[in-house]
Amino acid sequence: MHRFANPAQFNRLADAILPWATGAFVLLLGAGLYYAFFDSPPDYQQGESVRVMYIHVPAAWMAMFTYMVMAVASFTALVWRHPLALLAGRAAAPIGAVFTALALITGMLWGKPMWGTYWVWDGRLTSVLVLLFLYLGYMALWQAIDEEEKAGRAASILALVGVVNIPIIKFSVDWWSTLHQPASVMRLDGPTIDGSMLMPLLLMAGAYQAYFAVVFLWRMKLEINRRKLAVARQVSMHAPVGAE
Amino acid sequence: MAEFLSMGGYASFVWTAYGTSAAALVWLAVSSRKQLKETNEAVEAARARRRGDS
Repeated sequence: MHRFANPAQFNRLADAILPWATGAFVLLLGAGLYYAFFDSPPDYQQGESVRVMYIHVPAAWMAMFTYMVMAVASFTALVWRHPLALLAGRAAAPIGAVFTALALITGMLWGKPMWGTYWVWDGRLTSVLVLLFLYLGYMALWQAIDEEEKAGRAASILALVGVVNIPIIKFSVDWWSTLHQPASVMRLDGPTIDGSMLMPLLLMAGAYQAYFAVVFLWRMKLEINRRKLAVARQVSMHAPVGAE
Repeated sequence: MAEFLSMGGYASFVWTAYGTSAAALVWLAVSSRKQLKETNEAVEAARARRRGDS
């Protein structure tokens, strides 16, 4: 693990993974969209509106997955002071915020025709809105505190405290009766969704996962650059007079 | 074709959901890529300056 603590080594690893992740994204997205629109049936209750599921559910899954990436990175940063861990949290946060916003927006657009309302203040929708605020709060803390070390610690602690929200999101539909349907894929007794709909759903979930890998690696490289520039600025500030 | 686009009467919901998702994901990817390029150039410039100093 600490082998990749070296930014140069990390960049080499990222450059090796990036073409594969990009290729996987293109293939999965193409196949996923094909199945989503041309090779899956309309739902017997929901009609064609069910096609929103193929982008709503992957966005929601990735919203939680990305939060766990950010939380593990924050934990690693706080406990082992791994040099790349803080950067990983910073790199993940905006991606998670976008996934969460998309889960909410696509959910509203699916809820309106099916439930008759864009929004209800139930356990699931409210806890996902809290997730969005956790991402935004994490990014705001980085912005608000000038001293990098303090900012990193505050943001990481917020990310860790927010982890309690993840099981609340997952089990909210079981704990509180709500308009939102319970899980139909990630169940202990196996998926209850038909194979013809599971196929495009899993392909699109794969595409979203590959998208995360690509953009996360780009953002990691960008955070490493930012860090290098900050260090270089400090060095030049403390350089002896006449060194410019 | 028209039937496909109408999405069984749910066109405005389905296509808005797909359109918003595509727009947001493309925006995030493009802006990340752009910032990466800018910082790459800044790192290169800093390196060149340092070489010039010594």
